[in-house]
Amino acid sequence: MNRKKSILESNVFYTLVAVAAGFVIGAVFLVIAGISPATAYGKLLSSVFGKPKYLVWTLIYASPLIFTGLSVAFSFRTGVFNIGAEGQFVVGALAACVLGIMLKLPPVLHALVCVLAAAAAGAVWSLIVGVLKVKRGIHEVLSFIMFNWIAFYLSNYVVNLEAIHKEGGGEATKDVLESARILFPEGLRNALDCNAANWGIVLAVLAAVLIYVIIEKTTLGYKLKAVGFNSNGALYAGINADGSVLTALGISGALAGLGGAVQILGMSGRLSQFAGQEGFGFEGITVALIGSSSPVGCIFSGLFYGAMKYGGSKLSIVKAPSEVVDIIMGCVILFIAVSQVFRILFAKFHKKKEV
Amino acid sequence: MDVIIKNLGLLINATLIATPPLLLAALGSCFSERSGVVNIGIEGMMTIGAFTGAVMGLTTGNGWLAFLCAGLAGALFGAIHAVACISFHADQTIAGTAINFLGPGLAVFLCKAMYNNSSDTPAMDPGSKLPKLFEGVFPAGSFWSNVLNVYAVAYLVFLLAFVCWFVFYKTKFGAHLRAVGEHPEACESLGIDVYRVRYSCVILSGFLAGLGGAFVTLATINQFRPSVIVGQGFIAIAAVIFGKFSPEGATKACLLFGLCSGIKTLAGQSNTVSPNLISMIPYIVTILALVLFVGKAHTPAANGKIFVRSK
Repeated sequence: MNRKKSILESNVFYTLVAVAAGFVIGAVFLVIAGISPATAYGKLLSSVFGKPKYLVWTLIYASPLIFTGLSVAFSFRTGVFNIGAEGQFVVGALAACVLGIMLKLPPVLHALVCVLAAAAAGAVWSLIVGVLKVKRGIHEVLSFIMFNWIAFYLSNYVVNLEAIHKEGGGEATKDVLESARILFPEGLRNALDCNAANWGIVLAVLAAVLIYVIIEKTTLGYKLKAVGFNSNGALYAGINADGSVLTALGISGALAGLGGAVQILGMSGRLSQFAGQEGFGFEGITVALIGSSSPVGCIFSGLFYGAMKYGGSKLSIVKAPSEVVDIIMGCVILFIAVSQVFRILFAKFHKKKEV
Repeated sequence: MDVIIKNLGLLINATLIATPPLLLAALGSCFSERSGVVNIGIEGMMTIGAFTGAVMGLTTGNGWLAFLCAGLAGALFGAIHAVACISFHADQTIAGTAINFLGPGLAVFLCKAMYNNSSDTPAMDPGSKLPKLFEGVFPAGSFWSNVLNVYAVAYLVFLLAFVCWFVFYKTKFGAHLRAVGEHPEACESLGIDVYRVRYSCVILSGFLAGLGGAFVTLATINQFRPSVIVGQGFIAIAAVIFGKFSPEGATKACLLFGLCSGIKTLAGQSNTVSPNLISMIPYIVTILALVLFVGKAHTPAANGKIFVRSK
């Protein structure tokens, strides 16, 4: 009985059910579209596990998602909702890209400067919203949405500036200098048979461990969680609630900004003009939800989402629209969001039985 | 002087074309937010409406029928949001995020499935689009012809804004929906069915957002593309906040943001100011409005809070 209870109360159980349900609904739409789900899902699997090289690509796709996932998860744990990870990711990418093109520094130092600048940019972008919340009482979700779009247009504006725009037209910036890239050494890249293999995944795992330590093992993490849990209670216990909110948002923004840096300095090497939001921040919300807002969980859910994105990009080979990934992920979020009610029902049911 | 008058006419025209989709979505958002349900899924609902409108326009050749179907598609997504948020007590922001994945994802998915793996629908012929009013009444190129070169449905949208105001402040349903967003427990004790009012409002918000999306594909342009909505749903939300969650305020804000978009259209042709910078204006204005008018802008008290009915 107890074992059953613990299963029905655990996040992992509901998450797995939600993911399975997402795939079922995705299959329904594939059937409607006249595509065999077996073919499409088979292609999804073989695109990820078919060759060692594909697994490396999955890691590359997963790295920025782990960062934005950590960013959102950290905000969930500290009682704010960073729906602005999208914008912080964009300004982070922008900062890394601009400095990667303009600065002339020795290899490792250049990359380090770019990465730190991206983290700072993300933190500042998030802190503006934090200050508006603390000083003016403006709900963070509203201002985050505004700042996402401001960042989006800012990025498109900067991409088109003459100083960094690629010569001869196109809709992208010049390439980031080699010294700023965080690629693996050439020998290793050749051995992995993947030109874009980079240190991003290592940084992402390190960040996850660091965030785990901060949340679970430090006084700072305890304070932040206390404020998130009950800000009045925390205030009564002598914790500076405003300061905690700002710290939480700053760290969360820095993580999203780092995601942007990893994407630019690792995989893409340049910034492009976009017609719509890229979605790394919003995907981070999914990653955080699937990972139950735990930093270690985010590593796994980030890998899962990375695999879905990379595998999804290969679906056109079997004439299946890659957007099925969005449908699956949308359903997963929705099902995780509504799973709360089942948990409450179960708890009630269980209580009655005990009485 | 003639040039100025001509440009002024074109600017008013561009504003009248850019405003209706925002206004439709914003009016819908007013209903949802005032009844106490945060709906950031407006963007996704607009996208599915835009797609449905284009497909129905192409298949039936009847613009008005296509417009209505788009509203119904939006309403369906509104219903999904309502079930998740009201009956299943989901976090409203997260459910809205899911809608923003599902709407555009499904639209492009179905588009590729229906139109030979292309993410754009074919262009429809002018006869299948919504009709224009006053076409040919004024001499071509004259000021009034420039200004009034607008689809008939645009005028209906402004009329609808007035109807919404009337519903909000002069009907029993309006009083109920405003009360439910402030203090659902008190409403329930007075015998108001909170769930029913909220369901109606959220589904209505989806319907109007769907219409807003379809305005773009059936009037402004003549096909669906993935980038057709980009951000308009969020601008509508910004307009609602800027307009203090009231239909009349949201209408003014939408006109202002429509004007921004009009300036962008015209300036884009002359290449003097970066369209990207102009695109930021609605968002910056909203932030400034929040900073300057804080305290005066009253958010519905029960907005975003989960309400569990007692029986």
